[in-house]
Amino acid sequence: MHPALSVIFFTVTSGAGFGLYSLTAVLQLFRLGPSLDRTQLLVALVTSLVLIIAGLLSSTGHLANPKNAWRSFMRVKTSWLSREAVLAVAFFPFAFLYLIGVIFYGAHVPIFFVTMGLIGIIFGFITVFATGMIYACLKTMRQWNTPLVPANYLLMGLTLGALIHMAIEAYFGADLQFISGVAGTALVMTGVMKGIYYFWIDRVSGPTINTATTFTRARVRLLDTGHTAGTFLTEEFGYQISEGLRSVLRTLVFVLGFILPLILVALAAYLAPGAGAFALAVTAVVSSYVGKMIERWLFFAEARHVVNLYHGAQHT
Amino acid sequence: MRLGLVIDLDTCVGCHACAVACKQWNTSGTTGPLTDYRPYGEDPSGVWFNRIRHYEVGDYPNSKTINFPMSCMHCEDADCVTVCPTGASYKRKEDGVVLVDQTKCMGCNYCSWACPYGARELDRESGTMKKCTLCIDRIYDESLAEIDRQPACVITCPAHARFFGDFDDADSEVSRLVRERDGMQLMPELGYNPTNRYLPPRINTPIPTDDVRRPSLAGKVKQWVNKAVAR
Ligand code: SF4
Ligand code: SF4
Repeated sequence: MHPALSVIFFTVTSGAGFGLYSLTAVLQLFRLGPSLDRTQLLVALVTSLVLIIAGLLSSTGHLANPKNAWRSFMRVKTSWLSREAVLAVAFFPFAFLYLIGVIFYGAHVPIFFVTMGLIGIIFGFITVFATGMIYACLKTMRQWNTPLVPANYLLMGLTLGALIHMAIEAYFGADLQFISGVAGTALVMTGVMKGIYYFWIDRVSGPTINTATTFTRARVRLLDTGHTAGTFLTEEFGYQISEGLRSVLRTLVFVLGFILPLILVALAAYLAPGAGAFALAVTAVVSSYVGKMIERWLFFAEARHVVNLYHGAQHT
Repeated sequence: MRLGLVIDLDTCVGCHACAVACKQWNTSGTTGPLTDYRPYGEDPSGVWFNRIRHYEVGDYPNSKTINFPMSCMHCEDADCVTVCPTGASYKRKEDGVVLVDQTKCMGCNYCSWACPYGARELDRESGTMKKCTLCIDRIYDESLAEIDRQPACVITCPAHARFFGDFDDADSEVSRLVRERDGMQLMPELGYNPTNRYLPPRINTPIPTDDVRRPSLAGKVKQWVNKAVAR
């Protein structure tokens, strides 16, 4: 699949935003970790909303006919893309009410605003789940057609959210013991999940050139594609990544996305709160963000659409 | 009604006439124009509803060249319709034809991702998705003679490799062909249940040549004279 930068930026960034929002709200509402004051909570919540909005705006970047974008809310009954759009919008009123609660009451938000925050978390989670399902529901791409995909989207968002939350706490000089544990666990779980995913998609299965052409009892070879230059199909689905580049990028995903941030998080937890810990936490965020952008790019580049069978691929 | 095409892989000669006829008819049809990019440039490209590919099946000497025309299969369980967030893609209840409403499409490409058969192509000029309409503006045109109320590709095929009709009608030509010649679906394992069917090549017994009489001496001389005499 041809990787579209706007979609890559959108899924990573809004995922991180939803992760940060959910984590901030959960930690506050259930009184986990060091309690944050009004300013700290506001910084975390506003950052999350900015990330979400920036992501959602960039998602319209890949539309060829954006003037009809408003119609994408029309098919909630069948389309995950529609559901995602609706859920993302439904998230905002609750998120804003919770934000208002924090503005007025700081760390001790009344029960009404707590409820709004909780509903916001639920909507945030289902939105990211819906984003994953946009890809996971496609039977045409074996590499996407798996429950690992929405799970991956949720965990990736949560991990980045935890890292950003940690950076914010570090900035305000809070005690990092608790949040570093959360971020570390999230990093390990997400990394393992990604490893499982890579293991899984490396096996060959699914349709072959034989079932695609109905000739299942003989070898089928492409003689001619019937066109002299590229077409929409070859541009959109014909994207190929070399073995070498793939292993380099996969290594980078693990090193930048998980291993380096894990080390930085651990180091930051051992340092006394201050500029040093903050610098480490920020580096962890940047490294993990870059790693996840590469991960998302690979997610597209490695997916092989079955239409390639008609252009000579022997299997998907 | 369940309208669709039957394509005979035995008789298709791979001449691309159906694709050209399709382009010609539909560029001024309901979803037209079918834009061309750089038509006189190095790498001309553009929107086509119908593409023909060529395969070699089997190993030499038991191999056969198969010409393979493909357009929208008007699937019964069409995910291209399910995934469309705008409702621009729809399947008509009355005859099963899958269409794209050009006024509603936002060009997100999602339907083309969902189609296993490469039947949908984005028109980069209009920003909307385009695909085979089964010549919807032709097959219902009462001002045309009955015989002309068929898709352009079917009418034009010089090898008579394409058939159009109603698969719900057991007596229609398409139903009969599928029954008699084992009409196949492409990638049935994906579960789209495509309406269009493909007829496999007939198995012909080779025409025996060992009993062909050798030419007599007089015959050989005649042949030589025929070749030697200038016209
Ligand atoms: S062939 Fe593709 S575009 Fe046509 S109905 Fe089936 S899935 Fe949709
Ligand atoms: S490209 Fe158009 S027809 Fe296809 S899914 Fe998007 S809005 Fe629907």
